[in-house]
Amino acid sequence: MPATAHYLDHAATTPMLPEAVAAVTAALAETGNPSSLHASGRRARRQVEESREQTAACLGARPAEVVLTSGGTEADNLAVKGLYWSRQGSDPRRRRILVSAVEHHAVLDPAAWLQAHDGAQVELLPVDSDGRLRVDALADAIARDPHDVALVSCMWANNEVGALQPVADVVALAHEHGIPVHSDAVQAVNTVPVDFGASGLDAMTVTGHKIGGPVGSGALLVRRELPLVPLLHGGGQERDLRSGTLDVASVRGLAVAIACAGEHRAALSEHLRSLRDDMEARVVDSVADVRVNARLDRLPGTSHLTFAGCDGDALLMLLDARGVECSTGSACSAGVPQPSHVLLAMGRDERAAAGSLRVSLGRTSTAADTDAFVAAIVPAVERARAAGLAAARP
Amino acid sequence: MRVLAAMSGGVDSAVAAARAVDAGHRVTGVHLALSRTPAAMRSGSRGCCSREDADDARRVADLLDIPFYVWDVSERFQSDVVDDFVAEYAAGRTPNPCIRCNERIKFAAVLDRALALGFDAVVTGHYARRLDTTAGPELHRAVDSAKDQSYVLAVLRPEQLAHAMFPLGGTPKSEVRAEATQRGLAVAAKPDSHDICFVADGDTRGFLRRALGDRPGRFVDESGATVGTHDGSYGFTVGQRRGLRLGTPAAGGEARYVLDIEPVSRTVTVGRRESLATRVVDADAPVWCTAEPPPTFPAHVQLRAHGEPLPASVAVDGQRLTARLERPAYGVAAGQTLVVYERTRVVGSATVVVPAGRAAATVPPSSR
Ligand SMILES: Cc1ncc(COP(=O)(O)O)c(C=O)c1O
Repeated sequence: MPATAHYLDHAATTPMLPEAVAAVTAALAETGNPSSLHASGRRARRQVEESREQTAACLGARPAEVVLTSGGTEADNLAVKGLYWSRQGSDPRRRRILVSAVEHHAVLDPAAWLQAHDGAQVELLPVDSDGRLRVDALADAIARDPHDVALVSCMWANNEVGALQPVADVVALAHEHGIPVHSDAVQAVNTVPVDFGASGLDAMTVTGHKIGGPVGSGALLVRRELPLVPLLHGGGQERDLRSGTLDVASVRGLAVAIACAGEHRAALSEHLRSLRDDMEARVVDSVADVRVNARLDRLPGTSHLTFAGCDGDALLMLLDARGVECSTGSACSAGVPQPSHVLLAMGRDERAAAGSLRVSLGRTSTAADTDAFVAAIVPAVERARAAGLAAARP
Repeated sequence: MRVLAAMSGGVDSAVAAARAVDAGHRVTGVHLALSRTPAAMRSGSRGCCSREDADDARRVADLLDIPFYVWDVSERFQSDVVDDFVAEYAAGRTPNPCIRCNERIKFAAVLDRALALGFDAVVTGHYARRLDTTAGPELHRAVDSAKDQSYVLAVLRPEQLAHAMFPLGGTPKSEVRAEATQRGLAVAAKPDSHDICFVADGDTRGFLRRALGDRPGRFVDESGATVGTHDGSYGFTVGQRRGLRLGTPAAGGEARYVLDIEPVSRTVTVGRRESLATRVVDADAPVWCTAEPPPTFPAHVQLRAHGEPLPASVAVDGQRLTARLERPAYGVAAGQTLVVYERTRVVGSATVVVPAGRAAATVPPSSR
């Protein structure tokens, strides 16, 4: 292993900001349960509430709209299940859950679970070849019977290919019929202006570890009037929507990271876009048969590439051996790589889906990292193509 | 060397990988996923392909500080091992799926891919020895004769053997376990896997029935008289005595054995043990591990994974190998792998066609 790795997997998780590390460390040294009434409790409570206000302000929300969670997965689960149960409870006809086909598994799987166990009917809305939700398909799906739709969920930016989604159009369409909309904005917050209030969304997911905060911190922003059935019952700490002693350190880390993200967003986006575009241009120049996915409108730090005749897995291994760390971006089950549901939804076949790689840049990325990728990818593709041929031999 | 260690999640492949690291190789661990939808937990001593096994292998790799990947070989495994297993039984033959897996998956698909990706060799936890001589690499029995697995590797050709490493061949199993404990490998106490890994519950007959359905037929005795019925000839192997559930008892009341299986008419012939005796075994498509042997030579042949080596005179004529046994073998079945040994060295292997001198000219020749 080379001593210094070139970390190009910021969409998986990104290094913590020194400011966030400092805030978390300081908070860890303090004692106090924010629910306690004594002085230590009050100190802790003040930390939490100041963090909540900071988080809310940076995301265009009101403090009361911030439900602190253990991260993106919990927030997505709370949104999908909580909304379904609440909407279905007040009108049993509302059984349809409309979600884009390219959602993260933290949205898709709770929806699928509701279908398997709780009478829901999930409709996966198609995307175009650039990974963008087809708004016409959403309009059709709603028009079929607006009264039986429980909720719509459409992410702000896709975690695999980086495609930005037409959230404003989704909200407009759904609200015509009073249908609540949730959006997973986990991947967007760092580099795209995200304003919960202005978006009109009813619920929105954020997580700390994709923006320089700690893993295990996150929030669901929930419009105040929106009824939601909780997943976790207990002390009712978060507006009775979520129970569990608040983790002051995580909450501090999340707030600091979100504040920093807001402050540096424009400059970071510019920096990442120029690094990425330059890297992509060089890859396209030096490797034959490479396709850049979701090129139309995407996150500035994401580059998702399909190398014809390659196995993405083999590429990962060869790059890893040279200290270049990236990802296929898709989920695996028991470590068995599965063809990406995102690329399949974009109309690619299984072969193309298997031969893809996600390079995601972040705050600490430098030209040395992208140079290393360009240098490593050329021989890696050559090798992986040869290995693909070897594997195909009967 | 850059070597790829196949890591099943068991203790043997873990120690083999550790030894490869100690020997100074640059080792990458790979777990072969044989199913795209692995079960979450292993059950009993069976299988090597649950999610828990993959996680165990990953833990070992982390401890050894080597990169680790899961390779999906499920499609190849299904077609080349599982489907082949079912088809062989359906054709009245008795295959050994572990041999097929070594021949088609571990030392073919996986080795080819490894070489193409820049590796020099594949390391496995098999109990066998590779000894390098001026004539090339030789395959030998492991020193632990109870664990010896040279039989299931006897299908390797010289070019495959040249890229195979078996670090455990010189060590008794008990020492391997002790070494795993001493290295702090969490898999040290894991039970050995037995049986056929893709038959999760160990019920091979039930597995074949699910794959092939009911195919009822007759039991006949050596005179051709019907002595019972069965619901699938694939449920039997030549030499089998138990579980025949014949309606009519034999005249003399002696035990009866399966002598022959004729899959087209679904007729299973049963008879006395003496009728199972075979002195001449014909086999085809021989594979030589090192150099091609002379046309005739004295050797030992072994017909099952844990079978006894039988002294024989072996004659080779192109694609046909004939073994004349000094003492008779009982229950030789078409489809079995005949492995030829010269003392501890594996000379090669071939697939039993049909034991000459026994009836049953009706079994279709093996396609291998
Ligand atoms: C789009 C998206 N949603 C949700 C998650 C899950 O967030 P967390 O890791 O905080 O549970 C991720 C991260 O993998 C993500 O990329």
